[in-house]
Amino acid sequence: MVEPFIDFQHVTFKYNAQSEPTLHDVSFQIYPGEKVLIAGASGSGKTTLLRLLNGLIPQAYQGDVEGELKINGKNILNQSLFDLSLQAGTVLQDSDAQFVGMTVAEDIAFALENDNQPIKAIKEKVVKWATRFGLKTRLNLAPQSLSGGQKQRTAMAGVLVDEGKLLLFDEPLASLDPAAGADAMSVIDELQQERNMTVIVIEHRIEEVLRANVDRVIVVANGKIIANDNPTAIIQAGILSENGLDEPLYVQLLRRAGAPVDTLPNVANIEQVDASAYKQQIQAIAEPVQSLVRNGKQLIVNNLTFSYDHQEPLFKDLSTTIHEGEILGIVGKNGSGKTTLSHLLTGFLKPSSGDIQLNGRSLLGNSIKERADHIGYVLQNPNHMITKSVVFDEVASGLRLRKIDEEEVNERVRKILQLVDLDGMRNWPISALSFGQKKRLTIAAVLVLKPEILILDEPTAGQDATHTSQLLSFLKNINASNHTTIIIITHDMHLLANFVQRAVVIVDGQILADTTPAELLANEKLVEAASLRTTSIYRLAQRLDIAHPEELNAAIRK
Amino acid sequence: MDNSLFGYKARETWINHTTGTAKLVGFLALTTIGMISYDTRFLVALTILSFALIKMAHIEYQEYALLLRLVLFIGLINLVMITVLAPQYGVQLYGTKHILFGSGWFTITTEQLFYEANLLLKYLFSFPLAIVLLFTTNPSEFAAGLNKIGVPYKVAYAVAITLRYIPDVQSDYRTISLAQQARGYEISKKSNLMKRMKGIVQIILPLVFSSLNRIDTISQAMELRRFGRYNKRSWYQEQSFSKSDVGMILAALFIVMIGVLLFVTNGGRMWNPFK
Repeated sequence: MVEPFIDFQHVTFKYNAQSEPTLHDVSFQIYPGEKVLIAGASGSGKTTLLRLLNGLIPQAYQGDVEGELKINGKNILNQSLFDLSLQAGTVLQDSDAQFVGMTVAEDIAFALENDNQPIKAIKEKVVKWATRFGLKTRLNLAPQSLSGGQKQRTAMAGVLVDEGKLLLFDEPLASLDPAAGADAMSVIDELQQERNMTVIVIEHRIEEVLRANVDRVIVVANGKIIANDNPTAIIQAGILSENGLDEPLYVQLLRRAGAPVDTLPNVANIEQVDASAYKQQIQAIAEPVQSLVRNGKQLIVNNLTFSYDHQEPLFKDLSTTIHEGEILGIVGKNGSGKTTLSHLLTGFLKPSSGDIQLNGRSLLGNSIKERADHIGYVLQNPNHMITKSVVFDEVASGLRLRKIDEEEVNERVRKILQLVDLDGMRNWPISALSFGQKKRLTIAAVLVLKPEILILDEPTAGQDATHTSQLLSFLKNINASNHTTIIIITHDMHLLANFVQRAVVIVDGQILADTTPAELLANEKLVEAASLRTTSIYRLAQRLDIAHPEELNAAIRK
Repeated sequence: MDNSLFGYKARETWINHTTGTAKLVGFLALTTIGMISYDTRFLVALTILSFALIKMAHIEYQEYALLLRLVLFIGLINLVMITVLAPQYGVQLYGTKHILFGSGWFTITTEQLFYEANLLLKYLFSFPLAIVLLFTTNPSEFAAGLNKIGVPYKVAYAVAITLRYIPDVQSDYRTISLAQQARGYEISKKSNLMKRMKGIVQIILPLVFSSLNRIDTISQAMELRRFGRYNKRSWYQEQSFSKSDVGMILAALFIVMIGVLLFVTNGGRMWNPFK
């Protein structure tokens, strides 16, 4: 009988700052060489679980721990953070924020520097790990200048220099585009096989993690373990969606087609599941891709050219038209110009030539403030937008600055707050809101100015399935009732597949395609250029020899 | 992407290639002797030298223009305060009294102006030296340098991290400022000073919160990789001394010696042209 590497027995944990425990009576074991996914919606307690594993609890976050926690047979609580870090390496969620070193090399070397190892030995190890991760030519670059995938690999190398046996990943996919995310997962898979490591991944993006052949899935909700089983059993049990998690798209499709998902063998593995018996049922639910309904032209971008100082133009003669009431997705690799384009639309940046017209009138002469009356822009990070301490005031501030009388302010703010489901909290301090609530608050603060066009930068980043679907139904609502045009910058596959009506692919400052998401996600070339992935539905269609996968993509739209 | 950010940049100059420790020692030596000395000839020479260094380091004027204006502003306020509070200090120092204008308490003398000119020179020579040090030294190398001359490594690292985050905080500031302008705060030159100040206050709050978040994450990331485990740590960026480093330190010491020699010939810290 193999001894478990990690052993939690009846662990209950309460943060000192909170009145209720975050984890209730949690018991599980993880064995050497296992690859385990711990999945849960935000607020489920999965991050707390991770902090117990790497020692941040109780050393950085104080609280009461009950029960027994062991790593390698030794009590976790009796070990220092330093001792634990030698056994369990943690790759934190936001790879940008966790870089300590100025350069890739220094960042990889950081742990070894702290161990006061001789420089020569450190340099050897840095080269070894950088070579392993294909970073050798990047050693002297700033980590911030790397692509998302390279950042993640740098962070991994910085932890693996310790040659520990356990790797912990806190939402490794959160800041990666789908292509880089798939890469990261396959690197994790390889590492585990090559070094026989134990790997624990904390994520809510189930679909991508399952592609990396995890051995086991532990589903957490409300601080309790809901299920702990192999992936196929978890999918068969159908417990993901009721716990705030998205099922893989092909599983959603199989369910819609009436295939018996709960008994289908290997259903968690898109490469192995045998759905050939249900091919006809699947084909029957295919939906013709709706051609785009185009209302009047609203925003016209005409031969736009733009460059950052003294550099090659990022955009050269870019032209596109956005129609009234559209839900448009802008996709493309990181650094290809998506955010720059939205900054040009909002006036944060000025083009060197070309024109932007709203309803036939050029916007170039207007200030940021004037444009904001027509084009609302919601930044990715809500903390960059919030300036007041109370919910109501935050939404009211834009109106008050526009000298609107207090009675109307009150009326408009309340109406918007009801729409985003924050009216009951209007007198709350903003610091008490969750990330998702803050996000809705910033959207409300922009919407209250009644813009005709709303631009959202990565609205679903850091939000689980429940909050995403709340947000989307709310956006759909304002799109339908106010005819607000919605432009979304994203690389979230579920958002693209389920919500966006029209997708514009921007690569290296050029519009590479302007199409429906269903068609985009079934086009391998485009998908690769945009650093996306084809959907798992596409893969299933391929395996079943179904001719028009885009019609299946269209079938799962609600 | 943006060239106007403040801070270290890799530049291909000999000053960039000298080690952090040598530059730090040089900087400390020159500023110390310059702060002690009131020999105007010496201070003028130091000022010329430090502006020559800034030129040699290929640092563009616009990179430090804002900071230079700030330092000059503070310096001038300081001089005005001295004139108001101690208008006869120059007379006391130099022992003669050449009246320019005014009478009684507010007699303005050549001695006073000369003394204040010396103070201004001190600002003028030390500022470019500090800029050269900060703009040409990789923050981690700088930290390694600090640690080498005896500063505890935790303090040294804190300094390095602060330097490293200046560009990040600047870009956060810019993003937040644009977002606030979209909300309706006018902080462009179109509106008056009072309104602009109010607008800027609105940026500070989110900036503080986002910076606190950053600090929280980075300190966890550091602890998880054993920062603070031992009393000593090694430095990946530590450079071994080359000839040019030794040369720089020797040159700095040579200048310090000249300064000290001047104390002897002047019979004190003052060079007195009035006698």
